[in-house]
Amino acid sequence: MDLIPQPHKVHLIARHAEATLWLARYMERIENMARILDVTNTFARDADDTRNWLSIPRINGDLTEFYKKHTEATQRSVGEFYLLDADNPTSVQSVIAAARENARTLRALISTEMWLQINVFYGKIRALTAATISPDHFTAVCAMLKDGTQAHTGITEGTLYRDQAWHFYMIGRSLERADQTTRLLDTRFHSLAPVSDAADADIDAGQWNALLRAAAGYHAYRREHPSGYNAPEVACFLLANKAFPRSVGLNLMQIEWHLTQLRTRYFLRMSPALERLDALNGMLTYQHVGELADGRLSPFLDYVQGEIGGLHKDIVETFSG
Amino acid sequence: MPAGGASQTQVQSQMQPLLQPHGTMQGYDPGAFFCEMLRPGQPQHPTLTLLMSRLAALPIESLRRRAADAERDLLERGITFTVYSDATAIDRILPFDLIPRVITPAEWTQIETGVIQRVRALNMFLRDIYHERKILADKIVPAELVLKNQGYCEAMVGFNVPFNTYVHVCGTDIVRDETGTFRVLEDNARTPSGVAYVVENRHMSLRVMSDLMTGLRVRGVDEYGLRLHNAMAEIAPPGVEDPQVVVLSPGIFNSAYFEHVFLAREMGVPLVEGRDLTVEGGKVWMRTTSGLAQVHTIYRRIGDDFLDPDAFNPDSMLGVRGLIEAWRRGTVAIANAVGTGVADDKAIYAYMPRIIKYYLSEDMILPNVDTRICAEPDALAYTLDHLAELVVKPVAESGGYGLIIGPHATKAELADFRALLKADPSNYISQPTLKLSVSPTLCDEGVRPRHIDLRPFAVTGKDTWVLPGGLTRVALRAGTLVVNSSQGGGSKDTWVLA
Repeated sequence: MDLIPQPHKVHLIARHAEATLWLARYMERIENMARILDVTNTFARDADDTRNWLSIPRINGDLTEFYKKHTEATQRSVGEFYLLDADNPTSVQSVIAAARENARTLRALISTEMWLQINVFYGKIRALTAATISPDHFTAVCAMLKDGTQAHTGITEGTLYRDQAWHFYMIGRSLERADQTTRLLDTRFHSLAPVSDAADADIDAGQWNALLRAAAGYHAYRREHPSGYNAPEVACFLLANKAFPRSVGLNLMQIEWHLTQLRTRYFLRMSPALERLDALNGMLTYQHVGELADGRLSPFLDYVQGEIGGLHKDIVETFSG
Repeated sequence: MPAGGASQTQVQSQMQPLLQPHGTMQGYDPGAFFCEMLRPGQPQHPTLTLLMSRLAALPIESLRRRAADAERDLLERGITFTVYSDATAIDRILPFDLIPRVITPAEWTQIETGVIQRVRALNMFLRDIYHERKILADKIVPAELVLKNQGYCEAMVGFNVPFNTYVHVCGTDIVRDETGTFRVLEDNARTPSGVAYVVENRHMSLRVMSDLMTGLRVRGVDEYGLRLHNAMAEIAPPGVEDPQVVVLSPGIFNSAYFEHVFLAREMGVPLVEGRDLTVEGGKVWMRTTSGLAQVHTIYRRIGDDFLDPDAFNPDSMLGVRGLIEAWRRGTVAIANAVGTGVADDKAIYAYMPRIIKYYLSEDMILPNVDTRICAEPDALAYTLDHLAELVVKPVAESGGYGLIIGPHATKAELADFRALLKADPSNYISQPTLKLSVSPTLCDEGVRPRHIDLRPFAVTGKDTWVLPGGLTRVALRAGTLVVNSSQGGGSKDTWVLA
């Protein structure tokens, strides 16, 4: 049963559906970048500063590109590479430009308030310079980026008409959140893997701390696991938990709901994506993830990332060509 | 207050109308030009008197603050056109002057009926030249002027369009001379732009000048999208119950993209590019998430040449292959029709008084500017003799390029132009220099007179409807007459009083 009678069929241009997925992904990506930069800057200050800052190019698979431009990973070099560098397609400058381009494509479809906020946010990001991201402003810049993306999220929640385009938007956001969480987890599992002696224990607590804060899951995790950190529990929290907004499991669940809506309400052929999702969901259980956390998590995370990319492709392929 | 102590509830005592600029309007002197606010020699309109006193009472600092707010607002809302250079893309606004231009009900009646008359005549002319060609046979308009015209389209010969409407959206450029007479400067019958600014300027006025407007009865402009959609539905192929209308844009890099967005949004229809459409089985389809869906009417904002690489420019990446063939089969409607450029050509414009008389047996409700066709020997001789007093325009250009304004030209410029004109007289028309009317405009020196024009928009399906008001463009630089946005012009909100 439909809530709104639809005597008039409203079509969604296939190209616009794809732009909607990307708009959501890019805006989400900016928030993730801001979180990681902020947390690295604030909580991961210890003896091995370089290792901490280097984790960011590693998360994004940018190590080669990063070392072409910089010799050392510091707040300054990583900050410039990810906030200002227009040649770097993963920099916030590049990502907001891409997000705005998609928003422009969708301007007749999205709410005017969504467009206006993105346009103003774009102006603020474009105005960033090496001076404005210097140490005394670094946290403020990260806060501005988080505020901007969260305002976007709120405006979208409150104003975007919930037809097909909204479902694609929500799928895009969840795909990006799931992807970013696997990346975050992957780097930490690289650096955290061997717990060799007690001296490392403090560092590790700080690392887990930073990881969870970057994913905005620190307090929720403490509530669920007040006794402390261990690798299987953190991995399960970020991958299999169905209550944490940035867990892979929760986001896949949401994607499934939106795909089902698109299939049943709009008769879109979503079976390839739903099948892939089904298989992926089967592996993201507490039991399975817990078993992998002893050192086999990294290849599994690569596999999950690949499948998230595959989901995006499946969805786009249903309506292109 | 007069003696006698009128009670608070009574109507205000009668006062002498405020004819003289005062307050913020102090120092405002339109000189010999017709001022749209002071209206010398015309009966005082009470709303205008009230408006001027409200305006005069606003401190200049307040006006400047509001102007700055408006400018920022336009940029933030992306009511902009993008200027591309080598590596950068800069968003520019069409400057907005916050002092409205006012049109009285009587003036509007003349403009509205005059525009409808012209649109009727243009459509009848197009119908005729692509069918019987009576007007050419009767030698009212020279045949070669039509048949060799750049805008003339061979593919249109013998082709019928619904309601014989070719020009579905027409923008008529109107100026007002020093006597207050409205005169048509040109008809824009291809893809006239600017209507989005009419509506956005009104919204801007309501945001930043609401106190100026309080209690005044000004006709609304929000109906445009609905009217346009209805016209587009009317011209759809017969028998389609719920026709699918789309707006066809060249894409996000086009300078008028904001307007394309506006039109799609206001009509509630998809904004598509050529790549979203395809022709199969003689019908036009759009690519949607659930496959191909048929399109019945295309409001296109792409020039004729780029519409269909099969029919016109084979290199066009913007259009849709096979579109014209589908159109000719009657499975889709295109607005405006192809080949309307011949009707809004500056050379044809000179014949408009005769064209209206020929088809409608009526005099022009909105007169032309006195125009000489340099292809005619007498006119050329006159133009050469009076070059320093005249405006001479090439017939094929738009946007204020390639014209010469005699009184503003140097001796050398006049000599150069004389050579151009002699070499190719049929490419030019000449007109007297117009003393365009002025309107109070916020300038660096204060509120000053600046020249304006008006482009009302007429929408035609079965019948013609004219959006009350239109786009008022203003030449922001002192003394200049060129209002085009490409030449430093801005725009104003246009109020038609109810």
